[in-house]
Amino acid sequence: MTVILFYVFAAILIVSAVMVVSARNSVHAALFLVLAFCNAAGLFLIAGAEFLAIMLITIYAGAVMILFLFVVMTMNTNLVQAREGVQRYMPLGLLVAGVLVFELVMVALNYKIDPKIIDVVSQPNLKAIPNTTALGSAIYTHYILLFQISGLVLLVAMIGAIVLTLRHRPINRRQNITRQHMREPVQTLEMKSVNLNQGVEENGGFLRPKDSYYGIAEKDSFGPSPGDKMDITEKRQKGE
Amino acid sequence: MNWTIAIPEIVLSISGLFILLFGVVQKKENAFFSCTILSVAAFITVGFLALTMPPGGGYLGLFISDNFSRFMKFLIILGGLLSVVLSLDYNEGNNTNQFEFPVLIIFSTVGAMIMTSACNLMTLYMGLELSSLALYILCSFDRDNVFSTESGVKYFVLGSLASGLLLYGMSLLYGFSGGLGFDDIQRVLTTNSQHSAGFVIGLVFVLIGLCFKISAVPFHMWTPDVYQGAPTSVTTFLSTVPKFATFAVLLRIMTTSSGFTHQWQILIEVIAILSIVIGSIGAIAQINIKRMMAYSSIAHMGYALIGLATGTAAGVSAALIYLASYLFMNVGTFAVIIAMRRKGRFVESIHDLAGLGKTDSALAVAMAIFMFSMAGVPPLAGFFGKFLVFGAAISAHLMWLAVIGIVASIIGAFFYLRIVKIMYFDQSVESFDQHSLSLSFVSFGMGIVTVGFCLFMRPIMVYGFMAATSLIKM
Repeated sequence: MTVILFYVFAAILIVSAVMVVSARNSVHAALFLVLAFCNAAGLFLIAGAEFLAIMLITIYAGAVMILFLFVVMTMNTNLVQAREGVQRYMPLGLLVAGVLVFELVMVALNYKIDPKIIDVVSQPNLKAIPNTTALGSAIYTHYILLFQISGLVLLVAMIGAIVLTLRHRPINRRQNITRQHMREPVQTLEMKSVNLNQGVEENGGFLRPKDSYYGIAEKDSFGPSPGDKMDITEKRQKGE
Repeated sequence: MNWTIAIPEIVLSISGLFILLFGVVQKKENAFFSCTILSVAAFITVGFLALTMPPGGGYLGLFISDNFSRFMKFLIILGGLLSVVLSLDYNEGNNTNQFEFPVLIIFSTVGAMIMTSACNLMTLYMGLELSSLALYILCSFDRDNVFSTESGVKYFVLGSLASGLLLYGMSLLYGFSGGLGFDDIQRVLTTNSQHSAGFVIGLVFVLIGLCFKISAVPFHMWTPDVYQGAPTSVTTFLSTVPKFATFAVLLRIMTTSSGFTHQWQILIEVIAILSIVIGSIGAIAQINIKRMMAYSSIAHMGYALIGLATGTAAGVSAALIYLASYLFMNVGTFAVIIAMRRKGRFVESIHDLAGLGKTDSALAVAMAIFMFSMAGVPPLAGFFGKFLVFGAAISAHLMWLAVIGIVASIIGAFFYLRIVKIMYFDQSVESFDQHSLSLSFVSFGMGIVTVGFCLFMRPIMVYGFMAATSLIKM
């Protein structure tokens, strides 16, 4: 049964992988890539690596491919242009592919593990513990130091992205979150009961918010300073 | 699991996180000054912690603490501390006074400390990446300056290439030895008399990756551009901390693979000679003082590598003492470079120093002391470093290495003494701006240490030798 499943998954995987590189529409190519990932996850399940299978689907098929589809759909990539050189570079590509196939065959035929190394390498007993547990103990117990350092590396990358790109221009409109949370409806809204068959004009024209946007805007980020009660439209009416 | 063995790293990381948080939530206009003072306090605390760490291993063979790592960590923390103190003045004058600066310096220092304690290829790589990534950002910290951006991009691209080479070498070592720990590698080296080609190639790739980080010669091309473009406070950091950490890793790997010393020796000797000669000759043509210091640092790393090439405990301790003396005179020189400022603008040409002996005699005396020390003039710090390194090379029967080193140091004396000549005998131009207290403090303190190095010789030699023996025995 597993043998049949293996061949089914493997066959679909190879076909969809070929379709990824040969599909004319780049959205179709991306979707075929998702199919390939799902089948690879199936192969992982057959091999008993259920954690890797789930990771492959959630991270690659779930997150990375969605991003990729976003890029493909927003960038309007022109595949015809990208394919222009195919004819010209085909012989070179075939040569490289041939060398790789030759190497693969050589490795497969002459594959041998150094007997001394087998003693050195420690392998978890996968019969006794499920591989999710084994991975968990490796990452969070055995290699906790390295795990925490990688956390620091990511933090440094984040700080770097912010430091090198964020600019506080006066044109950036930012809210003062605390003031926005603190303010009450009474401060901004005036409730009016409007009689039937009367429009805006009969009720004295448009009303502006009592305390307009820059009341809660961050300092220097929008219009006049927060203490200034005067609205921009008000100034415009007065001809300032 | 003995997790307390990494207390200095843990405390420094947590202080880094705390300072970052403080910088974000505080209400003042600019938190740079307070964050910098906090990080100075963190560095001093961690310096004491690092000195009191007991020897031992932890984290299931990933991390080690011994006399050697203690010595190197002390130098690294001192380098980080002094760079942060220098940034107090430089970054205010340069308008790069963001509070993230000391935080990034702290994280880079943490990475460097982890490297010195690494006894596993993975720990080494993670420490290296943490240290380097923060440095790439620091190099381009002055983001509106084209040179700073250029230096960041250059360092990033070439640094990634070096990391790739290092990783490739590590994967080969892992494949051919079956383990990632340095002791696994040693076991394979001692049990197999015949080493496979893949193993040797792996070791050479690791060596190349590390040589890039200490800017030893075939891999030094990035150094002048990056040193010139980076903010000077970052250049101070760049020329000390990551180099010490990488040097520690080189020493540890080389002494671990002791069955291999002979093959190593040839490689290290060639790299050392090339670094000394090209560093000394390249510096002659430089007009920009930061570029000159870049070539000077290449040459200094070459001298320290001579100590490594001997492979003896005396040679290793000589290299450690050389690095210690290099730290003091190098930081002192950069303090003077930061003081070179006219009408609020930083100037970097060596001819801007003309007449400094008349306009600011204290600064000129300090600079002269550092230059004489770098040239290796007797009672100063640099002389003792060179003396011990050459002595170790001669007693290890590497006579020609010592001879080439001495000849190159005479060539090197030319451009150091040229600075002294410009300061005292050239027609003076305008005087520099009044410099701040922190700069006077650093240049004065480093000057005292450089002059009085002979007084501390005995304790430094004892600690250096203890560090070296803890490594050679391992």
